[in-house]
Amino acid sequence: MTPLLQVRDVAKFYGGRRGCEDVSFDLWPGEVMGIVGESGSGKSTLLASLSGQMAPDRGAVIYDTRDRGPVDVRAMSEPERRMLMRTDWALVHQNPRDGLRMGVSAGGNVGERLMAVGARHYGDIRARAVDWLGRVEIAADRVDDRPTAFSGGMQQRLQIARNLVTGPRLVFMDEPTGGLDVSVQARLLDLLRGLVREMGLSAVIVTHDLAVVRLLADRLMVMKEGRVIEAGLTDQVLDDPQHGYTQLLVSSVLQV
Amino acid sequence: MIEVEGLGKRFVLHNQGGAVIEVMAGAHLRVEPGECVALTGASGAGKSTLIRMIYGNYRASAGRIIVGGLDVARAAPREIIALRRERLGYVSQFLRVVPRVPTIEVVAEPLLVLGVAREAAQARAEALLRRLNVPERLWSLSPTTFSGGEQQRVNIARGFAHDYPALMLDEPTASLDSGNREAVLGLIEAAKVRGAAILGIFHDEGARVRVCDREVDVSGFAA
Repeated sequence: MTPLLQVRDVAKFYGGRRGCEDVSFDLWPGEVMGIVGESGSGKSTLLASLSGQMAPDRGAVIYDTRDRGPVDVRAMSEPERRMLMRTDWALVHQNPRDGLRMGVSAGGNVGERLMAVGARHYGDIRARAVDWLGRVEIAADRVDDRPTAFSGGMQQRLQIARNLVTGPRLVFMDEPTGGLDVSVQARLLDLLRGLVREMGLSAVIVTHDLAVVRLLADRLMVMKEGRVIEAGLTDQVLDDPQHGYTQLLVSSVLQV
Repeated sequence: MIEVEGLGKRFVLHNQGGAVIEVMAGAHLRVEPGECVALTGASGAGKSTLIRMIYGNYRASAGRIIVGGLDVARAAPREIIALRRERLGYVSQFLRVVPRVPTIEVVAEPLLVLGVAREAAQARAEALLRRLNVPERLWSLSPTTFSGGEQQRVNIARGFAHDYPALMLDEPTASLDSGNREAVLGLIEAAKVRGAAILGIFHDEGARVRVCDREVDVSGFAA
């Protein structure tokens, strides 16, 4: 078996300041990798560098493509990379407004992504959109409403439907439950877990919420000042942290 | 099936002046298929620590932990993930689940991740919940709101859903009434008959005497 994603020595700088540096890991099919750290630790920079939103200054991001096998994403042509991001990859933003088109109906938001990969039959597109809205628990009678009429939790579920409708193999998520009420978060976590299992997805999830990674991620990387200071099985890193900073992070969580 | 040699554990508390706590050294044990071994020793002697290290939840500071051919002390995360999915089960004392997920799903999940068909997984989950006397009206509810005893039985049902070749049990009969205790002991006995290697912590002496073939006193492994 080949890793779905091979990250090799990735670095990104903002002028002279380090965004992230020396990051290497393999992500295997079906695995969920969590990345935690405080604000400014470089976790969002790393996610942006991996997911094609930003070009890393150094290193390689090698993706196991369906037709050509492992390819360095940076060496791909622009159309090729764009196609990859529309089909095999998905990106769930923290703020649903960044991942949705607010002026387009819920059904349109989901259908648009299908059309981007060549779907043309209106009836099929609408049926698949309604099916996906159902999977993320948005009622069929809301399909023509705009996301502006939705709650934050619904917007986030709509963003997930829009991303997953094309059957991606790799999903990048930036604080997917950030800014939501705790009860809404739980519902979203349950949804994401079910989708990851049923679709055999691999995912990279950036969050500052240790409870979220415990429930969603198989593996965990802890970042500080742009570097990965500890990595391993999620429950091992959280229950037996080796690095002083991870120990501090874990012991700082309020118990409920 | 489970083989531990020269196992040591040291905790370094970086935020408490770098205090080093040596909790275990030279731990060793073997559990053969079809055998149930009890870990004994006073509270704090390291029984749970040892079980957690075998499961890969705590890192080993020294030694080897071979489970079904894999050295957990050196294995890559994805190897441990596969081991836990297929070969090594663990019933901890606490149930940890995603809120809102129905009990029946919680119990069926280990089978679903192995690719067992939904109906078969569900049927197995129902049979276990029935055997452990979890009332049917609770199956569609999340166990997060259940009583301690009910949660424990859901946890046990989940731990026994898949026939793991190796299984670890942390106080499986604690705080259960006699009927449920009997049901759990029956599950352990059936697992032994099918050839599971079981390592457990049993403060309940009657249970220990009944299901365990041997005892290993972890006090001898103190660092």
